[in-house]
Amino acid sequence: MALVSFRNVSLTFARRTVLRNFNLDVEAGETLVLLGRSGSGKTTALKMVNAMVVPTAGEVFVEGRATTAWDLVRLRRRIGYVIQESGLFPHYTVADNVALVPRLERWPAADIQARVSALLEKIGLPIGEFGGRYPDQLSGGQRQRVGVARALAADPPLLLFDEPFGGLDPVTRLELQRQFVALRQEFGKTAIFVTHDVHEAMFLGTRIALLVDGAIQFVGTRQAFMKAPTAEARAFRECLLAPEV
Amino acid sequence: MQADLLYELATLTVQHLVLVSMAMLLAAVVAIPLGIALTRHPRWRNWMLGLTNAIQTIPSLALFGFLIPIPLLGGIGPHTAIIALVLYALLPMLRNTVTGILGVDASVRESATALGMTGHERLWHVELPLAAPTIMAGVRIATVTTIGTATIAAAIGAGGLGVFIFRGLAAVDTVLLLAGAIPAALIAIAADQGLEWIERTLLRH
Repeated sequence: MALVSFRNVSLTFARRTVLRNFNLDVEAGETLVLLGRSGSGKTTALKMVNAMVVPTAGEVFVEGRATTAWDLVRLRRRIGYVIQESGLFPHYTVADNVALVPRLERWPAADIQARVSALLEKIGLPIGEFGGRYPDQLSGGQRQRVGVARALAADPPLLLFDEPFGGLDPVTRLELQRQFVALRQEFGKTAIFVTHDVHEAMFLGTRIALLVDGAIQFVGTRQAFMKAPTAEARAFRECLLAPEV
Repeated sequence: MQADLLYELATLTVQHLVLVSMAMLLAAVVAIPLGIALTRHPRWRNWMLGLTNAIQTIPSLALFGFLIPIPLLGGIGPHTAIIALVLYALLPMLRNTVTGILGVDASVRESATALGMTGHERLWHVELPLAAPTIMAGVRIATVTTIGTATIAAAIGAGGLGVFIFRGLAAVDTVLLLAGAIPAALIAIAADQGLEWIERTLLRH
């Protein structure tokens, strides 16, 4: 059974169709990249998984149960979420930000402490040096690392990434992408990753779904994407040849 | 004579402080929860802010006067004055509560919800702490202006430092006038500094 399934999902509001007849299965352990231009509906599709957006038709299933049938708080605490601006709480320290969901889940204090410490170590921001800092005392790349650690904290089976590395300089972006791959090898989480950057899609995705105007035009492995015959796939492949911006 | 004046000054100062603190307490109890509610119900927001804005435009002497004939609420004495002061304090507190909460960064609000915080958890752990400086600024503005406005409460027999001011006006006695005005100004400055100190101490992150 797929971990996440979109079944005939559509979203229309104010007479505008954002997603149309969207069908997609995300299997456990894979990193599925939703690739598309701005406004193609990829972020909207992502937000349907944790029910931040509800479809006007069709259903999204997580672990076999429709998001509309889940208790929303339970569903969301089982899904890590990382966004571009990191969304870290500015009034919480780095350690408190990472501890957020385990605290909400009322883990024992010692377990929280151990988990936070281990995760901060993993992302290269050891708790002794960085744990007590506030988000505004970190660089953009460090904030995104903390965002990833926060998403991993309660050990959710699924992670959602909404252009998490979009605002970073190319060098930092590559560092974080490498770290993403390393963390994936270690934790083996399922991830859905939204990006408009085809380099990033090819580097991180085990499968790529290409969105055009709210519909999936292609879905398949990286190798298959390189041969996909659609015009939009060709357009994105041309970006691979052009110098990276 | 001198001792009598000092004794009266002390009494009036205490009355003044009681008027202001009662009014501030009541206004905060009404305005902050109401402001939170208005962030959840945008349709009521402009209407309520407009209403409190309109109250603000009523000249204070007139508002005290309007309240006198109203049964139960009105009449002569401190309780009528407190009601008028609460009405004036509503706008800055209400508006700053609404602005403070709506001003919380959208990505922070979104993460709070997406990571599985309930509405209550988001309010208490994210929105209120981040809005607190703005809310506190509203409380400070309201307190300082109320200390001034409360001097007019003497006109409807509510006591306070305004008694000296009105008596000074009637007797064309500058000393008496200043005996009311200077302590009121000092209280206002002290309150502002005190609240600022509380703000810094409580909200240091």
